[in-house]
Amino acid sequence: MTARRVASYWMVFSVVLALLIAAPLVLPEFWRQFLTEILIWGLLAMSSDLLVGYAGMVSFGHSAFFGLGIYGAAAALLSITPPNLWLALLFGLMAAAGVAAFVAYFATRLRDIYFAITTLIFSQIFYVIIFTWTEVTGGENGLTFRRPPLAVPGLFSVPFTSETLHWFVLAVVTLSYLLLRRITQSPFGMVLQSIRENEARTRAIGYPIERYKIVAVMLSGLFAGLAGVLYAIQNRFAAPDFVFFLVSGEVIIFNVMGGIGTLVGPIVGAAFFLLLREGFSRFFTEYYLIPVGLIFIAMVIFLPQGLLGFMRRSLNR
Amino acid sequence: MGVEQLLQAIPLDQLLIQTINGIVAGMILALVASGLTLIFGIMDVVNFAHGELFMLGAYVGVIILAATGNFWLALLAASLAIALLGAAIHVTVLRPLLGRDPLMTILATFGISLVLQNYALWQFGPVARKIQEPFTGHFTLFYLEYPWYRLVIALLSAAIIGALWLFLKFGTYGIWIRATMQDRVMAQAMGIPVPWVLTVVFAIGAGMAAASGVLFGPLVGVNHAMGLDWVLKAFIVVVVGGMGNLGGSIAASIFISLLESYASLWVSPAQAVIFSFVVLILTLLFRPTGLFVPTPK
Amino acid sequence: MESLIKVEDIHTYYGKSHILHGVSLEVGRGEVVGLLGRNGVGKSTTLKTIMGLVRPSRGRTLLEGRIVTDVPAHRLARLGIGYVPEDRRIFRLLTVMENLRIGLDRRAVTEARKKELLEKAYTYFPVLAERRSQAGGTLSGGEQQMLAIARAMMLDPKIILLDEPTEGLMPRMVSQIRQIIDVLRREGVAILLVEQNVPLTLEASRRIYIMEKGAVRHHAPASELRVNDAVIHQYLGV
Repeated sequence: MTARRVASYWMVFSVVLALLIAAPLVLPEFWRQFLTEILIWGLLAMSSDLLVGYAGMVSFGHSAFFGLGIYGAAAALLSITPPNLWLALLFGLMAAAGVAAFVAYFATRLRDIYFAITTLIFSQIFYVIIFTWTEVTGGENGLTFRRPPLAVPGLFSVPFTSETLHWFVLAVVTLSYLLLRRITQSPFGMVLQSIRENEARTRAIGYPIERYKIVAVMLSGLFAGLAGVLYAIQNRFAAPDFVFFLVSGEVIIFNVMGGIGTLVGPIVGAAFFLLLREGFSRFFTEYYLIPVGLIFIAMVIFLPQGLLGFMRRSLNR
Repeated sequence: MGVEQLLQAIPLDQLLIQTINGIVAGMILALVASGLTLIFGIMDVVNFAHGELFMLGAYVGVIILAATGNFWLALLAASLAIALLGAAIHVTVLRPLLGRDPLMTILATFGISLVLQNYALWQFGPVARKIQEPFTGHFTLFYLEYPWYRLVIALLSAAIIGALWLFLKFGTYGIWIRATMQDRVMAQAMGIPVPWVLTVVFAIGAGMAAASGVLFGPLVGVNHAMGLDWVLKAFIVVVVGGMGNLGGSIAASIFISLLESYASLWVSPAQAVIFSFVVLILTLLFRPTGLFVPTPK
Repeated sequence: MESLIKVEDIHTYYGKSHILHGVSLEVGRGEVVGLLGRNGVGKSTTLKTIMGLVRPSRGRTLLEGRIVTDVPAHRLARLGIGYVPEDRRIFRLLTVMENLRIGLDRRAVTEARKKELLEKAYTYFPVLAERRSQAGGTLSGGEQQMLAIARAMMLDPKIILLDEPTEGLMPRMVSQIRQIIDVLRREGVAILLVEQNVPLTLEASRRIYIMEKGAVRHHAPASELRVNDAVIHQYLGV
């Protein structure tokens, strides 16, 4: 990659980042929270892109990773007082990692459609467990809890404001993006992409495909769980709806709308979808999914590379 | 609790009822799943919208029934209407995606399912509707009373599936469908208009799903979300039965439904579903081509 | 010679691989034309392109003077192009009878004509008559080859594209294939024959094209090549 391209990439990156940092200072409360939500769903979609866009594995399991991240954080915030931000992160990530390991073990030996269906079924298994195990998970009604303060034990503890929460989320999402970018550009990421291009050949060369896939699923699950923890902190409730496979479907919609295999595209896709939803709900109330769904279908047919698809090459250098 | 004690705790008549319930539910599921497995087998497509076709079929049934008072007319009309809808969906959305990555087709059907589900919510509202059974009345089985209607459902489903089987075996189009399923490329080279064959199969699948919706309607309420449960079960059945294997999907339907029926003697129906999930996982691990496929390929 | 099939400067890609680099050839009405070349030079791809199973990125295909490059394969089959692929690819789960029926089920064909064609198939390939209710997959290799040719014949084609029909067959079957080619020629059916069996091809064909690395490198009447086989050695190393 030429020096100029590197420079221009980072310049654009910095500008966008600066805008996102400044945003909560100028936006009204509603849009502030909206932007934070976009970032969180964007992180979830990014984690899915690692699998879909780079490893070529369509997963409907992200709702499980995401949901378990939320419930893991909830567990920490409800069982340990005072509510601790870092423990919430830890619990959430561990829960998501556990689920991811479980799913990875069973599903990665299957190809394509079977993998997709299996991950979908796993989401539903967890949904049913959470829905019916009312004593532990609150069942249908879910759990509510308090937001933990931004605290470094022993140094300071200050409750989140919606601005500081936004910046915290932004920091986490930005770091995740940079990390994921590093991963996709590393030798590991290259092997994943080679698996996506031609699995048989990659296996013939001698790579242990299953192991790479398992690691990919686990990484994806971790970042999805991270998104879940952030969601829990922002919204302060957990509900089984987040584990339902439809959420995974929506995430894939973000991926496709934004552009598969671009990492940043999914965030744009999430923004696009959520904005459409916002816009259409003014007119269609809860039936916004009809026009949004139609737009999605049209995009699959006419713009399958997504909004940022044309930038895929440059975003991946 | 030992197994014997467990069994002794359940009276025989309940076991019997659950067996019949399981078979009845299994036949309906088989009706839904046969269409789905055909679509799978011929197009390699996971049709996410199948549950919604089932649901819309039930709604059309509600409307026609209200208009004419005739259940059988409603059944026929719903099947035809949804078959046409299926054909229209295939021609407009799925055919353009034919040469491309199958993922795109799967996503398109997912989008369609979202649109159809919300359309139903919009048009019919969230309150469940009822389809009246065409006839009431029970018959006595040993010393139990079992509704006639449920028995008729099972028989009718079997009849429809039987008709499908005959069509596939002997009809000209049936041969075309079977040929296209085996080797799409050579089917084209032999003059079979493959894109149309795919549309017809999709339409047949849709029609069968709609018929199931109408038949099943009297047993549960008709509402916009009824498709979701069935879609999942149908997926499990298709995988366990073997993709594209008609006989396998019927056997798997009955197997899974019986399993859930028996399970609901001990756990809630919501949890009984986990048993099916477990069967699916075991199948995927040990016999991924299907439990009921004679020889693993 | 009246042109039946003409292929002009065809470039075909499989993904990123450039397989055909400007192939041009022609087959006349009722002519048997051979296409020789080493493995992997693009002979099968040429046939597939003619059959419309693969779309060329450049170039044209003409059938009786009409441009048919973008016509889908199933229409070409009905317009009179029959295709017998490498490894036969009969419908294994369908019976012999059903395999043949597919080619017969066309609107323009009368019941009488259908009967005629079927009888013809059974006459030329008596083994198929015997096994008419058996599933295609239960036939031996040679019998499957017969079936593959027979079902192409059911299309009442003007030309049959034959891809390595003698591959893996015993000598007795090979001579049977040779006879079939003659029969077809007598009936006025043109044949584009791709083969590794050079002597058979030289004997059966009127003209020969030789391909190398995705293009036609040599073109001569078969009579000439029968006598002067240095060219054959050069391109095929046989």
